[in-house]
Amino acid sequence: MEAIREWQAYAYFFFTVFLVVMLYGYILHLYRAEKKGTRDYEKYGKLALDDELTDAPVEVNETRENEKNENKEQS
Amino acid sequence: MQNAALEYDYTVAKWFTYLAIIFGIVGMVIGTYIAFELAFPGLNELFGQYGTFSRLRPLHTNVVAFGFTLSGIFATFYYVGQRTLKVSIAESKFVHGVAKLHFWLYFILAACLVVSELLGITTSKEYAEMEWPMDVLTVVVWVLWGMAMFGLIGMRREKTLYISMWYYIATFLGVAMLYLFNNMEVPTYLVTGMGKWYHSVSMYAGTNDALVQWWYGHNAVAFVFTVPIIAMIYYYLPKESGQPVFSYKLSLLSFWGLMFVYLWAGSHHLIYSTVPDWMQTMGSIFSVVLILPSWGSAINMLLTMKGEWNQLKESPLIKFMVLASTFYMLSTLEGPIQSIKSVNALAHFTDWIPGHVHDGTLGWVAFMIIAGTLHMAPRFYKREIYSKKLMEMQFWIQTTGIVLYFSSMWIAGITQGMMWRAVDQYGNLAYSFIDTVTVLHPYYTIRGIGGFLFVIGLFMWAYNFFKTMTSDKVLDKEPAFASPMGA
Repeated sequence: MEAIREWQAYAYFFFTVFLVVMLYGYILHLYRAEKKGTRDYEKYGKLALDDELTDAPVEVNETRENEKNENKEQS
Repeated sequence: MQNAALEYDYTVAKWFTYLAIIFGIVGMVIGTYIAFELAFPGLNELFGQYGTFSRLRPLHTNVVAFGFTLSGIFATFYYVGQRTLKVSIAESKFVHGVAKLHFWLYFILAACLVVSELLGITTSKEYAEMEWPMDVLTVVVWVLWGMAMFGLIGMRREKTLYISMWYYIATFLGVAMLYLFNNMEVPTYLVTGMGKWYHSVSMYAGTNDALVQWWYGHNAVAFVFTVPIIAMIYYYLPKESGQPVFSYKLSLLSFWGLMFVYLWAGSHHLIYSTVPDWMQTMGSIFSVVLILPSWGSAINMLLTMKGEWNQLKESPLIKFMVLASTFYMLSTLEGPIQSIKSVNALAHFTDWIPGHVHDGTLGWVAFMIIAGTLHMAPRFYKREIYSKKLMEMQFWIQTTGIVLYFSSMWIAGITQGMMWRAVDQYGNLAYSFIDTVTVLHPYYTIRGIGGFLFVIGLFMWAYNFFKTMTSDKVLDKEPAFASPMGA
């Protein structure tokens, strides 16, 4: 019984540290990606506002575009 | 050029909206009736076996959770999904057909559920009362929803999935996993030749059954009452107010936080029961941690209104959504408090629990579905919302109803808990059970009145919605942001 309690304590400590690292790591990742210019997360907020079929996509889904072009070429 | 003639197709979204309105009224009329039954027990005898509390209570919970709420979720998904992915469901006959089949099978399933519950056919597992044939149909309905969802995603013009879509996908995956594991059951007739053909017993026994049941039960709250409702508010509040979400990064962080933490909190339903102590503690701790991602989303929504708070005064739709967000904060603070062991010792099995559930479901879930459907109405029918005044009245009547509901249940619950625990100088219980019932009678009556007010509001919602369909104030084009409303 004592051994189990000891393991529980180690596991508790490990998971607390692990989850804190994961949490702050993800926050850091989000801000770093924005600072480096690899991604601008805030522009995705526009997805809800500019949502008409005629609005230009925030980022075009190229897979769909490529498929459309391929279909055109075939026909 | 191809897009010029193309329009979003709202057929399935409309159908699900009608169902949400019908199930909302049916489920909450039953809820109000059984609330009055608790205050005035004579009401139990009015309709024979079909009117008793024990028969109607599961019908109430199932109709509001799996009738009203799920219909609202599906209606908003078929609207928000198309718009944020920038694809019309009508572009694929197959996906559109799947969506329509999804609706009709869901409708048949819901009808079977209502009839079977009324007849008293149930597995007796809370929120998982359907017998195995209906469980099989549920799986089919769910798979069809998944096909429609991923079909739409596959056709999308927009590369990135908006945060609402993440939440809808999580709802699909979360419920699929929970439902399958909790409803593992043995059809008794097929296996042993005993009992009715539709009867089944759980595959788990004793404490294991309780653990799986509450892992499911609590996460049904997570993936039916929370996750898809957050999907709604992340779309409808920014769209109606014309303000982009305050912090998209915070929405992502809250999403992963909620996904990770929620699944561990279910064992708080089993504190001081026969499940291992460490599991009870874990449920407690994760429930408290859950405040962070929940408030992350709620605060993000409130901050989205930064600089635009005048809209709260001007638009009843914004009122519904801001108050929904506020009730979400209240409810997600109250829940963790109740799951702290020492508080749970007082709160468990008392009326404080349904009080907590209802400030969440009425204030958060129902308000968001009401706001979502009324936002969609002018887009569905290219007409103004029939009456702003009626919506304002509905908002205040329902808010009063919710306040009466939860405040009476707080007082009743804590009174009840204190009376159950009270002992005299020799350690004997100070009160018998009937003493508590007598004391609680006025609060039960107030709760019934609160529910009644909420139901009045639902009829106003239905009236406003159906009058919008036939309103003569036709719009030239779809409104971009704030929904136009008649006086």
